[in-house]
Amino acid sequence: MQTTSKSPSDLFTRATTSRLDSKCPTGPMAERWDKHRFELKLVNPANKRKFHALVVGSGLAGASAAASLAELGYQVSVFSIHDSPRRAHSIAAQGGINAAKNYPNDGDSVRRLFYDTVKGGDFRARESNVHRLAQVSNAIIDQCVAQGVPFAREYGGLLDNRSFGGAQVSRTFYARGQTGQQLLLGAYQSLMRQVGLGKVTLHARHEMLDLVVVDGVARGIVTRDVVSGEIESHAGDAVLLCTGGYGNVFYLSTNAKKSNVTAAWRAHKRGALFANPCFTQIHPTCIPVSGSHQSKLTLMSESLRNDGRVWVPAKKGDSRSADQIPESERDYYLERRYPSFGNLVPRDIASRAAKQMVDDGRGVGGNGMSVFLDFRDAIQREGADKIRERYGNLFQMYERITADDPYRIPMRIYPAVHYTMGGLWVDYNLESTVPGLFVLGEANFSDHGANRLGASALMQGLADGYFVIPYTIGAHFAGRKLPKVSTDHEAFREAEAAVRARVGKLLATDGRRTVDQFHRQLGLVMWDHCGMGRNESGLLAALDKIRGLREEFHADVRVLGENESVNMSLENAGRVADYFELAELMVIDALHRRESCGGHFREEYQTEEGEARRDDENFCYVAAWEHAASGSGSGGAPRWSLHSEPLTFEEVKLTQRSYK
Amino acid sequence: MSAGHDDHGSGGLDLTLHIWRQESSEAQGRFETYPLHDVSPDMSFLEMLDVLNEQLVREGREPVEFDHDCREGICGSCGVMINGQAHGPDRETATCQLHMRRFKSGETIFIEPFRARAFPVLRDLVVDRSAFDRIMSKGGFVSVNTGAARDANSILIPKENADLAMDAAACIGCGACVAACPNAAAMLFVGAKISHLGLLPQGRPERSRRVLAMVAQMDAEGFGNCGNIYECEAACPKAISVENIARLNRDYLIASATERPPTASGGGA
Ligand SMILES: Cc1cc2nc3c(=O)[nH]c(=O)nc-3n(C[C@H](O)[C@H](O)[C@H](O)COP(=O)(O)OP(=O)(O)OC[C@H]3O[C@@H](n4cnc5c(N)ncnc54)[C@H](O)[C@@H]3O)c2cc1C
Ligand code: FES
Repeated sequence: MQTTSKSPSDLFTRATTSRLDSKCPTGPMAERWDKHRFELKLVNPANKRKFHALVVGSGLAGASAAASLAELGYQVSVFSIHDSPRRAHSIAAQGGINAAKNYPNDGDSVRRLFYDTVKGGDFRARESNVHRLAQVSNAIIDQCVAQGVPFAREYGGLLDNRSFGGAQVSRTFYARGQTGQQLLLGAYQSLMRQVGLGKVTLHARHEMLDLVVVDGVARGIVTRDVVSGEIESHAGDAVLLCTGGYGNVFYLSTNAKKSNVTAAWRAHKRGALFANPCFTQIHPTCIPVSGSHQSKLTLMSESLRNDGRVWVPAKKGDSRSADQIPESERDYYLERRYPSFGNLVPRDIASRAAKQMVDDGRGVGGNGMSVFLDFRDAIQREGADKIRERYGNLFQMYERITADDPYRIPMRIYPAVHYTMGGLWVDYNLESTVPGLFVLGEANFSDHGANRLGASALMQGLADGYFVIPYTIGAHFAGRKLPKVSTDHEAFREAEAAVRARVGKLLATDGRRTVDQFHRQLGLVMWDHCGMGRNESGLLAALDKIRGLREEFHADVRVLGENESVNMSLENAGRVADYFELAELMVIDALHRRESCGGHFREEYQTEEGEARRDDENFCYVAAWEHAASGSGSGGAPRWSLHSEPLTFEEVKLTQRSYK
Repeated sequence: MSAGHDDHGSGGLDLTLHIWRQESSEAQGRFETYPLHDVSPDMSFLEMLDVLNEQLVREGREPVEFDHDCREGICGSCGVMINGQAHGPDRETATCQLHMRRFKSGETIFIEPFRARAFPVLRDLVVDRSAFDRIMSKGGFVSVNTGAARDANSILIPKENADLAMDAAACIGCGACVAACPNAAAMLFVGAKISHLGLLPQGRPERSRRVLAMVAQMDAEGFGNCGNIYECEAACPKAISVENIARLNRDYLIASATERPPTASGGGA
């Protein structure tokens, strides 16, 4: 075991010279992206096929990027741990995707979407990036419709919209409760078209286990074929990581089981800075945990808050069933506390409020660990059929899991880990601190600050893939000397050997505890100390626990079977090993940020009403962490050094967020 | 976890599992028997397999491999034969959504991979369904490059058509239709995509090319022919209707009668 860590400031060093250049354009906000695009170097059409992009991940970000780059004429290879690109975690997104179309004529605009997103993110995102996101949002909807994405429509044949949290306009496009599925299938179909044309080579069931950097530029990856176990090198002229978020560090989350941090973490250890790792989103409306066997949590889309009303009994310890509690003894606490946004406050606020109710002894369900989401009034107002049309598949999903019928009994919900705003640091071109390594989608940190608004992850993933990277990658290809490298290069040999050694060690440990046992324990530590509420002593305790558990893991994990076959516990073991390291960095980041903002709620820093209190004087920056090759982290030299990128707000005034 | 336990009552189930074990595509497979005790009725079917695997690993035996990811019925990764039925006994339910409250204590459950010539077993319950991707690569798309789209509301689509297209587009590509079909046909899978795109104006221009190319690849992959038995629809976790097969047949007939082989295109101006 480790000695107890004493002071947060001993845990890391501060970089004396920051390596961060955001490359954000200057000038009037609305013209920045145009100006930047004009200034980016172009690759001559005839030369495009000479450049080879390695795209890791085929979710919304990866599939849209790969298809678009291939259409432009680049050579593209795509890698995915899934058996088909269509299965990426993006498929599970339910509620919708935002765009500033203003079709309902309710006052939306690019500027309003920009403003809502900066404010929703609690002023911890870059204005230039967010503005670009809002600008390209409309083109995403056009593109998806052209591909045949069957968005919901009105009788007149026009597109329908719904509302999501943190906005007072209806700007969310949706395809029943399966928006992510339909958007991903659109991108997947475009990708498969390029595969059919021979422009993209697909490597399904291949896991990236290392990044290869040659002369300071990302030039390849090392993968493991998860069927044959073969360790392979792939060389190219750019690497695009589109590998999703790391919410599964908590073990229980709404993320798909294969979602992981490994590709991003390997890149981090090869020099890519990791930004704001502690910014995680806890989603307010998930089906509560039902037992110790629980393997993941299921989201009930935020769109339900359009019609569902959140409440708890007004009295503590009231164990009557919902229908026995009269109106006057119910506390619709979101409507009470936030009259202008009501049930549609942003996620961080709704989650914290639910936790407060439960902590206050007013939670419902057998163990008092949930709150009601009630459709009674909406069903009375609009009829069960209308509600079924809007949310039928979600209601059915709920009933399958809980055996309760939400048309009759209010849903019981509780917050759960859902999304990670943190990720690899990227500049305005989506390029990490390793030249030639681009990071797209949930894997980067870019646009959501300390809290993501609903329906904007799909927007960001597709913005990155369809409308940003096709331009910005050109600057890399046209602007840098990229001498041909082959997989015989020393750097590939070294990376392959490192991967083999890691895999071999996991198989050889021959301990007593399963990978899942360790993962659950780690998740518990993270949920208790680095979850919805965080404080210094809890975080310091977590750090010791994580380090202790990590040592136990490497000494006592049991992975059976061999490398040369389908072996999912081996795959998992590698991912959990990386989570142990990431968890430590998340805790350090949470310790160092002595303020509350968005999803990062430090209990020491709150307003009298229990809202997050930012400290713009000292923390108005992006924290980007550099991994020190030699640091040991436990007692010895710190493993990480901190680079900060100051954030300036020229358009949206820094204010205390208010949704009242 | 601080979000504690809330199990429904007590009654844990005692089960006897017969599970297909196969080391690799080439190896001979066999059933092995595993008793499992005190299974919570609130567990999902895959959580039950998780519990078995934890037990196996602790005993030093290799875990059962099965595909899964979302565990909420949308990614199409999971899928096994449960007592001879693709995805098990519940209608419109993928394996991952099936819960153990559906079973009784003392029951015996046979668990096998989806079986079809075009879906070789990789290991245990894991099969290779990449044939579906290859079919899609031949025509399951609208040919529109990024950036070439016009304003979304300039295409009007009657709500009825949009809804029908969505019904077909809801396919999760799990392959249960193939596994359930005595002929291992992929007509429901292909028909769903033909319908989804064919019902929308965006998909019309390529309708004939699409159906010919996708059907040709479907045949090349070794899927069988439709025998109008409709086991596919019954097994489909998304209730994709066999009407889609009718649309596929109609489009195919029209296309075979009218479609000309593409004329060679010259290098225009
Ligand atoms: C239940 C749920 C509902 C959601 N609903 C919404 C919503 O309504 N609206 C919204 O805007 N957002 C929603 N989100 C968030 C959104 O779905 C995700 O943030 C987004 O889809 C992430 O897309 P991505 O392309 O970045 O990554 P992913 O879709 O996670 O794709 C990651 C890809 O990387 C591959 N990969 C990972 N690691 C490796 C490796 N080491 N080697 C090779 N390949 C690898 C995977 O195979 C996969 O192809 C939801 C999220 C969840 C969990
Ligand atoms: S695991 Fe995704 S559909 Fe079953």
